[in-house]
Amino acid sequence: MEFAEIPETGISSAYMPPAKRRLNWSILSRKMVPYIFLTPFLIGYLVFTVYPLVYAFGMSLYTKKIIGGTVFAGIANYIKVFKDGNFWEGIRNVLIFGSFQIPVMLGMALIFALILDSVNLRRPTIFRLGFFLPFAVPSVVAALMWGYWYGQAFGPIAQIFTALGLEPPIFLTGKTILPAMANISIWQFTGYNMLILFAALKAIPPELYEAATVDGANAWQMAWWIRIPLIRPAVILTIIFSVNGTLQLFNEPNVLTVVAPSIINLHYTPNIYLYNLAFRSTQFEYSAAMAFTLALVSSILASLVLFLSRRNQGESR
Amino acid sequence: MTTQIKKPADYKLRRGINTALVYVFLFAFFAYFVVPLIWLLLASTKTNAGLFSTFGLWFGKDFNLLKNLQDLFAYDGGKFGLWIRNTAVYAATAAIGSSIISTLAGYAFAKYRFAGRNVMFALVLASTFIPATVFAVPLFLMMSKSGLSNSLWAVILPGLVNPFGVYLMRVYAAEAIPDDLLDAARVDGANDYMTFFAISLRLLAPGFVTVLLFAFVGAWNNYFLPLLLLTDRKVYLLTTGLAYWNSLAAQPGVNQVLYVLVITGSVVAVLPIMILFLFLQRYWQSGLTLGSVTG
Repeated sequence: MEFAEIPETGISSAYMPPAKRRLNWSILSRKMVPYIFLTPFLIGYLVFTVYPLVYAFGMSLYTKKIIGGTVFAGIANYIKVFKDGNFWEGIRNVLIFGSFQIPVMLGMALIFALILDSVNLRRPTIFRLGFFLPFAVPSVVAALMWGYWYGQAFGPIAQIFTALGLEPPIFLTGKTILPAMANISIWQFTGYNMLILFAALKAIPPELYEAATVDGANAWQMAWWIRIPLIRPAVILTIIFSVNGTLQLFNEPNVLTVVAPSIINLHYTPNIYLYNLAFRSTQFEYSAAMAFTLALVSSILASLVLFLSRRNQGESR
Repeated sequence: MTTQIKKPADYKLRRGINTALVYVFLFAFFAYFVVPLIWLLLASTKTNAGLFSTFGLWFGKDFNLLKNLQDLFAYDGGKFGLWIRNTAVYAATAAIGSSIISTLAGYAFAKYRFAGRNVMFALVLASTFIPATVFAVPLFLMMSKSGLSNSLWAVILPGLVNPFGVYLMRVYAAEAIPDDLLDAARVDGANDYMTFFAISLRLLAPGFVTVLLFAFVGAWNNYFLPLLLLTDRKVYLLTTGLAYWNSLAAQPGVNQVLYVLVITGSVVAVLPIMILFLFLQRYWQSGLTLGSVTG
């Protein structure tokens, strides 16, 4: 990430009247200005970001013994996580979920963004707003609502099938529940990602299109060879955020567990496992170690996305 | 000759068909995104029996919305009203507080050069990528040790730290406030704090509203941390409360009447955010622009 160049404005003592310049404390107090603006944030950051991280990491190095209380255990908890089949099963579940949800969601978001940017639509705001609307819905409500849609009791899908004399589909089985949950996330976040990509497309200077138009490129060629490569950073950003969100899948399975308790078990996703370890069986130390392992997996996947995108870029040049 | 006349007409026709296909495509997905919400609205106007016996995508026999709202606020000693109040207090306090804090910090990062600036900013950015899960256990233990669990402060205080808001405000301040203006104010003898309050703050207002909007929506819709930190039903939020009622409704037998209350409650929970988004369109769109172009 590159930071914008910001010209020096902090201590432009040239403007100071000479009498004042002699006073050291006034220069000192000018140097303090940015730190004073930053103080409230830094206090919050230290107390609610840095301290919890240090605290949790320290805790993850201990284990609770039945006799002798809490003792230092080094990386024993981490080794236990790596050997914990339940944890990796959860990772596998969220990866299956993501391998379906992320390409579909971002593919749709990209297509919609390209259409909104390049086709002259009547009232494009209606589509922008309509597609974005689900983002305003809390994920709990989205999961509740889709849970009802999937259900047999009063779900509209089952109603339509029954009215047509067909057997209603069962959505929440062991095999279908991951795509069913993926659909909830796709429904919720496609519009949001669409708008991020749309904003990036809007920022492309129009001159860049002109040469291609003269060359007689059609809309698809323009999209593939010019627009998409130019918004590459925004696309990669949306991928990384989606991968991060996928690994933390919690709200949807936690809400749907009441309608599919036999499928969504206590370690269905890493976050559900973590939550149950910490708050059902008070294994805080082990749970903390698992949270850091999850963060590690998350950052490995994010680096992988970056690495692959750089390599592909190298090849196309 | 004929080909010369035919070609543009053919081209126009094909373009017309293409445009029509684009509209069909977009309207199909418009339906996908909007129809579930229309279903939710329709369902909130039904009796619980009507929910099960009438077709979901049309009105039931009775228009029961007002009765549902009455029942919603009366159920379990008026818990729902309490949850709305909790959610509103939490979302408003965390959003306003974090936006003020982020504005001050973003302004400092954008308009001053100081020792540690780049390192600090890199740390702020890095922390936006840390999964929220990592904070779950330590925050829970911190809050219970300081006696704050089951008070709204348990979620408000961590909510005051919004690294993404700092990032957005930095980008916004860098663009919105010309350095010449600050220099001119300095020449006139204004000190940095006077300049900030008299000049910069006004220029930062649109960015402030954007950060405020996203922070408010994020807090209003938050579920994971409130679920851990607020376990007494009196301090539930809308999200945790509705999920709890839904779990009761799914239990066989007695509580099925709750379904229509959960649905009506969901409508009540969603509406304020929808209204905010409709009226503040300019702000969330500019927020997404800031987030994407520079990111």
